[in-house]
Amino acid sequence: MLTLPCPFCGPRDETEFGYGGEAGVAYPERPADLDDAAWAEYLFLRANPRGWFTERWVHRAGCRQWFTVRRHTVTNEVVPDAAAQEVR
Amino acid sequence: MRTSERLPGHPDFLWATADPKSSYDVVVVGGGGHGLATAYYLAANHGITNVAVIEKGWLAGGNMARNTTIIRSNYLWDESAGIYEHSLGLWEGLEEELDCEILFSQRGVMNVAHSLGDVREGRRRVNANQLNGIDAQWLEPDEVGKLAPVLDVTDRPRYPVMGATFQPRGGIAKHDYVAWGYARAAAALGVDIIQDCEVQGFETDGDTVTAVKTSRGRIACGRLALCAAGHSGVLASQLGVRLPVQSHPLQALVSELLDQVLDTVVMSNAVHVYVSQAHKGELVMGAGVDAHLGYGQRGSFHVIEEQMAAAVELFPVFARAHVLRTWAGIVDVTPDASPIVGHLAQWANAYVNCGWGTGGFKATPGIGSVFADTVAHEAPHRLAEPYALDRFVSGRLIDEHGAAAVAH
Repeated sequence: MLTLPCPFCGPRDETEFGYGGEAGVAYPERPADLDDAAWAEYLFLRANPRGWFTERWVHRAGCRQWFTVRRHTVTNEVVPDAAAQEVR
Repeated sequence: MRTSERLPGHPDFLWATADPKSSYDVVVVGGGGHGLATAYYLAANHGITNVAVIEKGWLAGGNMARNTTIIRSNYLWDESAGIYEHSLGLWEGLEEELDCEILFSQRGVMNVAHSLGDVREGRRRVNANQLNGIDAQWLEPDEVGKLAPVLDVTDRPRYPVMGATFQPRGGIAKHDYVAWGYARAAAALGVDIIQDCEVQGFETDGDTVTAVKTSRGRIACGRLALCAAGHSGVLASQLGVRLPVQSHPLQALVSELLDQVLDTVVMSNAVHVYVSQAHKGELVMGAGVDAHLGYGQRGSFHVIEEQMAAAVELFPVFARAHVLRTWAGIVDVTPDASPIVGHLAQWANAYVNCGWGTGGFKATPGIGSVFADTVAHEAPHRLAEPYALDRFVSGRLIDEHGAAAVAH
């Protein structure tokens, strides 16, 4: 099981968290202006790296805050991201 | 090496281990079931024998060795019925086709319903299957209990069995034998099977992929066919193509060898477990995917715990069984739980077959023949056409989350 560093509660078991996938995917500023290809890219295309990945988790069974970490997708090593201090 | 007259001698090798030549008409990346089947049908159906299958590890050591071997075709939509039923038809003749035993056992596959929503969805799928000529039936709980006496069909479980879809022609096969059968048959037709050969990059010229750079040197390719399952996204990114796939660990486990207690396949979408009993006697069970991305071929133990809780609730007798080993494979999941098959628009001679997620094993013969046809004719096979990458732009998705039967 992963241990995730909640920036507010400290390290906790994975079972307390929900997964949010790739970090930094913002809703388009003017969605009506997107063509089909750009809309498909926003909806369906996410990074899927073998290696370091910046991702979102929510401490669902704890403080219920979202945060960002960097995790290695092969070794599962987790390091807090600088942006983790910033609740988004 | 110590020899003993009590031990049998080493069997003959089924296929010759090849060293890479400098060039092939088609290079298939990925020596799992799909890659081997694609190479076999390129040679057998289309006469294209100057083919290499390159595999970074050992033959069929990825998801082909890690799946729960369930075969069925009872998916919801017409597009899925097309490809999966084509595949099931090929399974039914595969032992003869490959002249090799694969322990294909049509013991039936049951998808259990635990709520009114499940019942409605199940009945709808049975009706859709029957319209497509697929042998689906709806079973009431007492009929479920007759087919699987160890399944608790009383109202005791937290999520009682309220019925099930059943496909009698579904079943299981011995995954290793399937891979070896395809490898042997492909090699006999002239295909080079090259193991320990990892793709490190591609050489391109204009809109053409001219060669694959591998850990065993440069291999020029006339056409490139990617069959790399969970690692498809990594390969495609080396070609500058982004695929709408996310790679997750998917776990499974087996018990010790037990007397035969279950002679059909039981899948429960709602409580996340699917079970069959292998020919040797192990109970083979699969879980839902781990939520996070991962390439480590292992998952978190709490997923196994949840899966065991569901299994013991449905099959009280399983409480006496022991988990012998657990493992994970890397599955490439698409947004609509349907595969991606076809030409990569950015390149003149590159084709991809991926996104089978949690259900690729059953498709092995079907997609092998369809993908080989697509690569051979440089045009999508009729059954592959709906699975082109551009459906994510057109919006013509094939949503099989319900029939995929594994939670993602």
